[in-house]
Amino acid sequence: MVAASEARRRLNWARAALYLVIVLLLVPFVFPLWWMVTSSLKTAAEVFAFPPVLWPTDPQWSNFARVFELQPFALQYFNSVYIAVLVTAGVLLISSMAGYAFARVRFPGASVLFLVLLGGLLVPREVIIIPLFQMMNQAGWIDTHVPLVLIPMFGAQSVFGTFLMRQFFLGLPKELEEAGRVDGLGRFGIFFRIAMPLATPALAALTIITFLQTWDMFLEPLVFLSTPERFTLPLALTQFADAYGGPIWNVQLAATTLMTFPVLLVFVLAQRQFIQGIAQTGLKG
Amino acid sequence: MSSTVEAPPGGPLRRRERRNAYWLKDRLSGYVFIAPQFIGFLIFLGIPIVLVFWYSLFDWNILRGTAPFVGFDNYTRMAQDPLAWQVLRNTFAFSLGLVPLNLGLALLLAVLVDQKLPGTTVFRTLFFAPVVVSLVAWAVVWEFLLQADGGINSFLSLIGADGPNWLRSTTWAMPSLVVVQVFKNVGLNMILFLAALQGVPSEIQEAARVDGAGPFQIFRRITLPMIAPMVMLVSIITVIGSFQVFATIAVMTGGGPGNSTNVLVYYVYQQAFRRFEAGYASTGAVLLFVIVMILTVIQWKLRKRWVFHEQS
Repeated sequence: MVAASEARRRLNWARAALYLVIVLLLVPFVFPLWWMVTSSLKTAAEVFAFPPVLWPTDPQWSNFARVFELQPFALQYFNSVYIAVLVTAGVLLISSMAGYAFARVRFPGASVLFLVLLGGLLVPREVIIIPLFQMMNQAGWIDTHVPLVLIPMFGAQSVFGTFLMRQFFLGLPKELEEAGRVDGLGRFGIFFRIAMPLATPALAALTIITFLQTWDMFLEPLVFLSTPERFTLPLALTQFADAYGGPIWNVQLAATTLMTFPVLLVFVLAQRQFIQGIAQTGLKG
Repeated sequence: MSSTVEAPPGGPLRRRERRNAYWLKDRLSGYVFIAPQFIGFLIFLGIPIVLVFWYSLFDWNILRGTAPFVGFDNYTRMAQDPLAWQVLRNTFAFSLGLVPLNLGLALLLAVLVDQKLPGTTVFRTLFFAPVVVSLVAWAVVWEFLLQADGGINSFLSLIGADGPNWLRSTTWAMPSLVVVQVFKNVGLNMILFLAALQGVPSEIQEAARVDGAGPFQIFRRITLPMIAPMVMLVSIITVIGSFQVFATIAVMTGGGPGNSTNVLVYYVYQQAFRRFEAGYASTGAVLLFVIVMILTVIQWKLRKRWVFHEQS
């Protein structure tokens, strides 16, 4: 009896210690987001006040209005959303078609072509940005959204998608498609009517990862865009400065909050799909 | 009902012909299916890789608009450029700092959230949250936190410590960037390790416990070897990923102070789009490409050698 309660007490202590360690470790993950939101509501004086202000006494919602005054922020938001949606839709179609063919259709040269594609995944985007700039320049697409859509849609992101979808289709039982063939469906019919509807889980994962990666894209907008009306959000976030080029932290953080909050909200609501999807596709490099 | 099905079957010969036609068409469909991806790949990845090698042979300045062929002059120039060497050292310093910190912390977090405790799902979600935050947003927030009179230093002052001006110090800027980058992405590795940990059969650990092994011994002798394939895989991804820090550096330090945080990905951008030396920048891009390739090959070889019980 005594030994048992002693053991239980020790277990409780161990638990408390474990919780303490976890909570301490959580600080650098959670505190920056807290600081972002609270600082976006502070006055300029409170931003660097000492002692630090954990919650602003009088939340400055006007900081959020200022975001839209200093930048064409609504337009930039729209740019980011529509580019990410367009790229995601394109990658879903292009990658699932190619991934399906590499997994299912037997055609000469398939394995070599697949290896060549995979090699593309190892190439950092900074390696090819100069030739891409030159190509887009010759096509007259500088300061347009065309490069921001085409490069991820056909480049690294769809190659990664092709790899992911091939893995998925390899694991799909062939018998399901045999039935379609007996019914007289060709490859296109089998792909669109049978394989694609079954691929929903993989497509969901690919949607999440592609959307987030396009949404985060920074190098390409920085290199290709020069007109604020055409900026995407990551580039817009870096543009908040006063007349002397100094930072306007509270407004910049308000913009950052506006960009981050919807994604975090969707993440919290669909965290299992996010975590599984990204972990499954986490080998993104 | 399509016409092929309606047609009455001829002799066995006719049927075989029709079957051959079906498979020929099927093969063709394979090419049609991969065509958008493959043609797009060639235009937006394949050709640019070849071109960047080609560009590196020219003294191409975008502003001057001239591009005389200079052979390997850019390479000899780079070999004699002290800045290039500094950038290379910085690049490896960043990776050497980031990889062990990231893997160690990821493993620790995975073990912690793997404990059978109430609330671990919430903790897992919170550790993972920065992964879905845009890298630029994360960098902006940390840039703010790391200002001389920013959040970190004012909290340090509360406990009587005096923090440096993190991002303006040649000593502290690089470690700061490493830490910011680790917190951004470690949640992903944590999840990958967690999946591996949950795949270790608890019977084996239980048996070791019965035999008198302590928890640390069990972890070192049983759990760790069993998740070795995942550790290897994650470290490959993390090493390659440790070169992709462009946004963090561009937002937080711009390679400064005094080039102390200038790494290869930023250097290529800076040479090409700030100094307009596209030819010389391409040489840096080639160097980056070669380094990543060499590291990939090395790790692939190590993976074969070290990980014995890999299932695939």
